[in-house]
Amino acid sequence: MNIVVCVKQVPDTWSEKKLDPSDSTLDRAATDPVMNEMDEYAVEEALTIQEAQGGEVTILCMGPDAATETVRKALSMGADKAVHVVDDALHGSDAVATSLALAKAVEHVGDVDLVLLGSESSDARMSVVPAMLAERLGRPQLTFAKEVTVGDGTVSIKRLTDDGYTVVEASLPAVVSVVEKINEPRYPSFKGIMAAKKKPVETLSLADLGIESGDVGLGGAWSAVESFEAAPPRQAGTVVKDEGGDGADKLLDFLASKKFV
Amino acid sequence: MAEVLVLVEHTDGEVKKVTYELLTLAARLGEPSAVLVGPGFDAAKESLAAYGATKVYVADAPDLVDHLVVPVAEVLARVVADSSPAAVLLASSADGKEVAARLALKTGSGVITDATDVSGDGGAVLAEQQVFGGSTIVRSKVSTGTPVITVRPNSVPAEQTAGAAERVDVAVELSEAAKAARIVDRVVEEKGERPELSEAAIVVSGGRGVGSGENFSVIEGLADALGAAVGASRAATDAGWYPHQHQVGQTGKTVSPQLYIAAGISGAIQHRAGMQTSKTIVAINKDPEAPIFELVDYGVVGDLHEVVPVLTDKVKARKG
Repeated sequence: MNIVVCVKQVPDTWSEKKLDPSDSTLDRAATDPVMNEMDEYAVEEALTIQEAQGGEVTILCMGPDAATETVRKALSMGADKAVHVVDDALHGSDAVATSLALAKAVEHVGDVDLVLLGSESSDARMSVVPAMLAERLGRPQLTFAKEVTVGDGTVSIKRLTDDGYTVVEASLPAVVSVVEKINEPRYPSFKGIMAAKKKPVETLSLADLGIESGDVGLGGAWSAVESFEAAPPRQAGTVVKDEGGDGADKLLDFLASKKFV
Repeated sequence: MAEVLVLVEHTDGEVKKVTYELLTLAARLGEPSAVLVGPGFDAAKESLAAYGATKVYVADAPDLVDHLVVPVAEVLARVVADSSPAAVLLASSADGKEVAARLALKTGSGVITDATDVSGDGGAVLAEQQVFGGSTIVRSKVSTGTPVITVRPNSVPAEQTAGAAERVDVAVELSEAAKAARIVDRVVEEKGERPELSEAAIVVSGGRGVGSGENFSVIEGLADALGAAVGASRAATDAGWYPHQHQVGQTGKTVSPQLYIAAGISGAIQHRAGMQTSKTIVAINKDPEAPIFELVDYGVVGDLHEVVPVLTDKVKARKG
């Protein structure tokens, strides 16, 4: 069972994010970078499957040089090797271009049974890359999984829905995205961190993947930001104290004044 | 006037509210046409007509609904090729976004997700998004192909206007790829009278202050009195007090109801990112320093276990 896990480096989930006024892309210098949290669940799931079925786990990351930290973290959790797609021309890539680079990189790794991803990144929050990657690779997509079961040449998931889940099945190879809480991602051990330093990381450029630089980056994007601005701050509201049990009355009066009751 | 396609979100013809909002937005851009995949045209026709659908493209075959996402994208790609629409609008649901993703690649088009407003701009389509938890407003255009845009529920009020809802059958020969991921079971874990979280006009959410899974009955009680959906902060779902699909926040759902009531939720950025664009925000929290109070229209510093049950009774009494 050879697995590729796509990971993205993003601003810390708990930090304020801003756009860079010069080109309307995310200002990555302004925040602490971390591995996208949802991707940690994907790495954990890959390692769990590998423990049961053997094979190799390869980390795939598209991002600037600094994303090496995220690659190393995934390796220190226990993955075997990594492919890091780095190219200045990728800056500002949209989901369409990102899925192109990831698809070419998965093909470059070769002999892959399963591609695992987090179901969304905490910065862009589009949730479209797993579906786009499956479309480009011509493989079935099993997305928003809260449970993954890999059998003999098949994969089955429970897809999280608004009121429960749907069970989806397909033959391997396949593309699977996972949601938060599917598992409990392991912390890298000291041994894991030391071992990760010696694990192979292959760095690939666009040319290595046979991608024209004009097809990616800001210039190659199929959508463009026209303008952006800070949202107007919310008007300061009224805050009252519940004194002697009058809090409910005060709140009811407010709700009535707004015609909610 | 060019057509604007709206993918209908429905269960066997029972149409979700967000579809009417999409038809309202579509009418600003051109002639709204609905695309209905799966059974239920007869049930859906009247309401689609009432919200201005001129045509309803219908694709109804068992294969279409027994496989995940891809068949719907192939139907839409067929209709896009035949009708050359000015744009395609879908709901920002898990399915809507993934259909949009596939459709964008199939038609060589750019895609914008989670729009909160859409307007015409000299023949182009301008989409507005509120990103980073509502702190930044971004206006974008699709520059290649047919704009494929997913829109958040509750972004605009749906407006009734008469349309013909003329049925146009679409025949699609599905590719093998479309049949690769089979839906073998649909499990409903809870089916109550409560509205769906992402579409609800009122949401009542509980957080760490609720204290336990059993105590969520307090939150549910107020929600039911108000006809609201129930949400939960990450602290509450991490603790296993409430199901994950109710999580509101950066790694959960983004909601934008008319009224959002946060009970026992401190208002960390993780949570604010999922509810900051709500029209009216109310909070009940013991801690007067809780950051949630920076966002509220009305806040009560107090114990939710005392305030909420009393409020619930008073709301019920008022509604008689």
